[in-house]
Amino acid sequence: MHELSLCETILSILEECAQQEHFSQVTGVHLLLGDLSCVEADALRFCFDAIKPDTLAQQATLIIEQVPGRARCKSCGQDVVIQSYIDNCSYCQSADLDIVAGDQMQIKFLEVC
Amino acid sequence: MCTVCGCHAIDHDHDHDHDHDHDHDHDHDHDHDRTEGGHHHRLINLEKNILDSNNHYARHNRALFNKKNILALNLVSSPGAGKTTLLVNTLEKLKSSCAIKVIEGDQQTSFDAEKIRATGVPAVQINTGKGCHLEAHGVGHALEELHLAQHDLLFIENVGNLVCPAEFDLGEQNKVLILSVTEGEDKALKYPHIFHAASLLLISKIDLLPYVDFDLQQCIHYARQVNPAIEILPLSSKTGEGMVAWFAWLERARQNLVRVV
Repeated sequence: MHELSLCETILSILEECAQQEHFSQVTGVHLLLGDLSCVEADALRFCFDAIKPDTLAQQATLIIEQVPGRARCKSCGQDVVIQSYIDNCSYCQSADLDIVAGDQMQIKFLEVC
Repeated sequence: MCTVCGCHAIDHDHDHDHDHDHDHDHDHDHDHDRTEGGHHHRLINLEKNILDSNNHYARHNRALFNKKNILALNLVSSPGAGKTTLLVNTLEKLKSSCAIKVIEGDQQTSFDAEKIRATGVPAVQINTGKGCHLEAHGVGHALEELHLAQHDLLFIENVGNLVCPAEFDLGEQNKVLILSVTEGEDKALKYPHIFHAASLLLISKIDLLPYVDFDLQQCIHYARQVNPAIEILPLSSKTGEGMVAWFAWLERARQNLVRVV
């Protein structure tokens, strides 16, 4: 379950940021999560809630915005939206796709006090 | 009430008691810089990739491999697919012709590193504890112990897991995915991330094909549906069938490395 290790990384990022930006509590962590990333949003929330007690994020909520997967078809050149790596081009059915977006796991912004 | 975090702002004082250089402009239509009971509420625009730290260490490992012309392969599979047996047989065949080093990743025990060392090849065991995958930082420390030399061949045997290792770059040139015929031909559709991330698929234990319901052609079809560029080699560590093609792939990858450099 790599969601736990990702949440530990998120906490480290928050702690580092707290020193630089002089805050003591985080109340919200806004994430961009690509549909093609290998992460389950529910598992991430579960793990975050499990590790946040007694940290600067103990009052924090994880707010996750899913980002659709986008790819360019190498056969027909069309830009297509895909939900998963098993999807084919919706125009020509080719499986030969270049992923353009949707595999990110990014902390977009924090609410702090 | 703030609609983002639900806090009750009672004061709209915009003064701060510390110096900072970020701006307070946001791309939505209300201000979040508020004070409640003496606490300043504010937003911090971060835009930071969660895997930045791992990727930083992975780049460091990759730079070392490039500097020393080392082919580094990240072996991934589910538990029990035959990674260690394949690796031991590979080492026995190649150890006389090239210098090889191994990093073994498991949650517990050093059984695998001991099996590797029994062949005479140096190995470092990483125990991830509760961790379900290797990370680039830990691999970097294992590399310090291995004292890599020019043109070494490095195998990194990841923790048996078809999910988590897909996301964590270790600095390797290629992920080599091992799928045994006892696991079923539909794994590419069930675990597409790892099939997408791999350069080579070794379909292992093909000596068991007469005894299991495994459609080899369907397996290849599904793997290429997820990753059209993936190379696929069926083999058996037990009988040796297909192993020559695997050794040839390794030799080709090492030659390509020299050409690229």
